[in-house]
Amino acid sequence: MPIQKIENSDSIIPRKAGVAPGEGAEKGLITLPGESEREVEDLAGASVLTTQLEKVVDWARGNSLWPLPFGTACCAIEFMSMVSSHYDISRFGYEVVRFSPRQSDLLIVAGTIVDKIAPVLKKIYDQMPEPKYVIAMGACATSGGFYRAYHVVQGIDEIIPVDIWVPGCPPTPDGLMYGILKLADKIKRGEIKRG
Amino acid sequence: MSTLTKYSAIPYTGPAPTNREPFVPADAAKHDTRGEELAAQLGNVAQERGQDLPTLVADKNDIVNVLTSLKTSGFTLPLDLWGVDYPNRDKRFDVMYQLYSLQNNERVRLKVRVGEDESVPTTTGVFKGYNWFEREVFDMYGVKFDGHPNLRRILTHEQFQGHPLRKDYDPAQRWLLTEQGVAKLEPKIDPRFENVDTDFERVTLNLGPSHPATHGTLRIVVTLDGETIIGAESEIGYLHRCFEKMSETHTYQQVIPFTDRLNYCSAIINNVGYCMAVEKLLGIEAPSRAQHIRLMLSEFMRLSDHIICIGTNLVDMGALTNFWYLFQPREEILGLVESCCGARLLPSYTRIGGMAVDVPSNFLENSQRLVNMLPKFIDDVEKLVMTNRIFRDRVDGVAPISAEDALSYGFTGPCLRACGIPFDIRKASPYLGYETYDWNVPVAEGGDTYARFLVRFEEMRQSLRILQQAINRGLPPGPVIVDNPYVALPPKEKVYNEMESLIYHFKMIMHGIQPPVGETYFQVEGGNGELGFYVVSDGTKNPYRVRVRPPCFPIFEAYTEMITGQTIPDAIAALGSLNIIAGELDH
Repeated sequence: MPIQKIENSDSIIPRKAGVAPGEGAEKGLITLPGESEREVEDLAGASVLTTQLEKVVDWARGNSLWPLPFGTACCAIEFMSMVSSHYDISRFGYEVVRFSPRQSDLLIVAGTIVDKIAPVLKKIYDQMPEPKYVIAMGACATSGGFYRAYHVVQGIDEIIPVDIWVPGCPPTPDGLMYGILKLADKIKRGEIKRG
Repeated sequence: MSTLTKYSAIPYTGPAPTNREPFVPADAAKHDTRGEELAAQLGNVAQERGQDLPTLVADKNDIVNVLTSLKTSGFTLPLDLWGVDYPNRDKRFDVMYQLYSLQNNERVRLKVRVGEDESVPTTTGVFKGYNWFEREVFDMYGVKFDGHPNLRRILTHEQFQGHPLRKDYDPAQRWLLTEQGVAKLEPKIDPRFENVDTDFERVTLNLGPSHPATHGTLRIVVTLDGETIIGAESEIGYLHRCFEKMSETHTYQQVIPFTDRLNYCSAIINNVGYCMAVEKLLGIEAPSRAQHIRLMLSEFMRLSDHIICIGTNLVDMGALTNFWYLFQPREEILGLVESCCGARLLPSYTRIGGMAVDVPSNFLENSQRLVNMLPKFIDDVEKLVMTNRIFRDRVDGVAPISAEDALSYGFTGPCLRACGIPFDIRKASPYLGYETYDWNVPVAEGGDTYARFLVRFEEMRQSLRILQQAINRGLPPGPVIVDNPYVALPPKEKVYNEMESLIYHFKMIMHGIQPPVGETYFQVEGGNGELGFYVVSDGTKNPYRVRVRPPCFPIFEAYTEMITGQTIPDAIAALGSLNIIAGELDH
């Protein structure tokens, strides 16, 4: 399927080459997803798999997240457990840990965020290229945990948007793994649309 | 599922605690005599009697002289400096100093009383380590130190208003830090390099607060001349979770989970330290079975702590294999903890007066399996790195610190022992029966990164020795928590079946433990050194003050001095070997 630049980003239907937008619908060339698939399959036979471009992209994104661990506290130790030999997150393909925000698309906030480091977290999030996803790992990142205190941010959603909250203090490595897989599901379903 | 059983009346026949009575430690007379001697020797100090340490009260103008003469008479290790606030008093703040003498194996506590507008002369000239401690007291209480070289906030951020550990500060009052408010750090150029003319341009570089090699959140700003670090400055507080203020707003039992999160690599040691401090205040002792479990799990936690330290330090140097290899036995250790209490990393397993629950019946077999398994991992990693030319080039003679400097900063634990000083709390003031075990304190010479590695490897072997003896002795029979309804919750089955137990349970939940009025200090050997808890009780259910003496704090304070003159890769290797745990550093 030829991949073309989509001018109108609201539309999720890939257009056929040579047909100006707006003309297609009247001529019956662009139809609803299911129908268009049938049309193409009739033309090309069973050797071609047709799908929506966004679905392919989401599938690929969901399967190759590059995490940036913003580890500040205890949760970072459990994150280390998750990437190391026993739990081994590389079985799922999320082991490419990058410490540079420029090279990663999944920000795992592991640990308490205090007011002093809040601007740093915001800056790191801003430096990450789109698309980017955020996991708040543990009670502190989620809500401040049991630190209802003068120097602790009461949940990182005060500063940055969050896609998945992982409960626990700290969450077990399998808990975090489950969180990442849930995020992958969410991305693959196309529920996260940012940027 | 527990079955309902009929119990006889509750067996506790001891006295009910009469709170608001003063706490008198068992060995107060001994400390009073020693305090008298010291007071006579120093001349211009008063003495406070009935304390758990020789306690002297000095005038604020004399403090430098008093500390200097104590230092010359053997008290060379400055352990701690902290404050306590008594707002109803005329001079509301106590600034407290604690020193340790290696020759005589004794401690002394000094108090200086100051009012709200008064200031104390700085003691940074006597002990280098007091620089950061004084900044912390200034940050937390607003007590000013005259002549301090760099008196600014240390734990809270630059736009913070007020002093949070004062009693009139609202625990939930936050102040936001904007990006514009973040202070720019300018490292001071070391005089050794000031007039050296090289061909390179000077570059200032930030390491952290988010950096792959800063374990946790530390910030180091270095000025480089070519590859050489000619000036460095560090900033902490990026994980200041207000442990001490939170302790004041929770009951004694509720503080236990907060202690887990100080040094999260060896959580049970923190639990034990805090619980034993409160037990000392209550005048009780955990049953022997609980003490045995505490000792065994403490040693397992020390192993786990050293494994993380060595593993991640090697990752920073590019040796990833060791990290993956060493984390395998570490998972087994955490599995053992999980089998005991259901939690892995931060178990909060101890209670004041004992343990939360008994260990499973196969605890000793599992421990034996681990003790059999671990030496192979330790030997393998040691063989992989310690004779490796690349590794040795990166650690030999890197970031050394002399024994004198280490003492002046207040080093304890493996980092001090790497300078050749055999100071270990487990030998110096044994607790949990460490004195009955046959083991040695590993010591290395040189104080460099390599020496710290050597000490940690050997300490793991010594921990295994202790564990083997503990397994051979077996667990003593009996309960795991004291049978005192004013300290421990009655068993659930009794609560469901007996009126008295139900009442005790209710009273304990609502009113908590109420220790006698007084102050106490208890220290244990943590993964990084002396982990001390200073607890003040005012007879209510909440601690009046809990001070933790974090071993990382003085160690990281010395870091900038250690890396000046070295290169960036050296600095990274050295940082890992110090095992800085941000939770403990910033409390």
